Amino acid sequence: MSMEVLFEIRFPAKAERLCSIRDLVKRTAEVAGCGSELSDRIVLAVNEACMNVIQHAYQDDELGEIMLEMLNNDGRLHFRVVDYAKPIDLTSVKPRELDDLRPGGLGTYFINEIMDECDMGHLEEGKGNYLEMIKKIS
Amino acid sequence: MNINTENKEKYTVIGLEGEVDLSCSPDARDSILSVLEENKNLLVDLAKVSYIDSSGVASLVEGYQTAKKQLLKFGLVGVSDAAMSVLKLARLDQVFPIFDSLEDYEKESN
Repeated sequence: MSMEVLFEIRFPAKAERLCSIRDLVKRTAEVAGCGSELSDRIVLAVNEACMNVIQHAYQDDELGEIMLEMLNNDGRLHFRVVDYAKPIDLTSVKPRELDDLRPGGLGTYFINEIMDECDMGHLEEGKGNYLEMIKKIS
Repeated sequence: MNINTENKEKYTVIGLEGEVDLSCSPDARDSILSVLEENKNLLVDLAKVSYIDSSGVASLVEGYQTAKKQLLKFGLVGVSDAAMSVLKLARLDQVFPIFDSLEDYEKESN
């Protein structure tokens, strides 16, 4: 078993930064062995996770910071998205039913559909929130 | 993202180009809703969309629902593979009227 850190990056919680984050995740996923279609799916899920932080954890406060880490653990890609906002109500984060046609609420559904495992929680002493996602690629 | 609006006789076409994400989906939403406010049928051309996230999809859903309430026609045209992949993931390809081309829309609406 070997755990390889593919990257760790900190960036401002601004929508304008998501484009470069997507490029980074896509390139890294492809280098890790993902095909183009799988890489695109992974990019969508990670983008949605960061969007959730920007919109819901920081509530569009652009002074916030996001830490994104991507690791490869023997063919399992691990993603950890951390924010330093107030602890969110974890019970409020749930995917909507697809039959419930309304704008919004799709991001968490996308993450759950694309990733194999997801775990959310609070950082110690109420210093923020984390989302861990795992995608098996081999 | 670029937004191009073209007025036809019986409908308006909004063409979205590039990446439709959180940084620009509010602009797409505003363009879509402003056409519907003028009581015009609307087609959103997604042929040149290279990426769309849930915020972009939400703009389309809002447009679709607004049009329905106002008894206007709303559809998507020339959906790129990248956009279709996301719509299928949300199973919205079964909800939105989707046309290969403007000609197909015109044939079906006549």
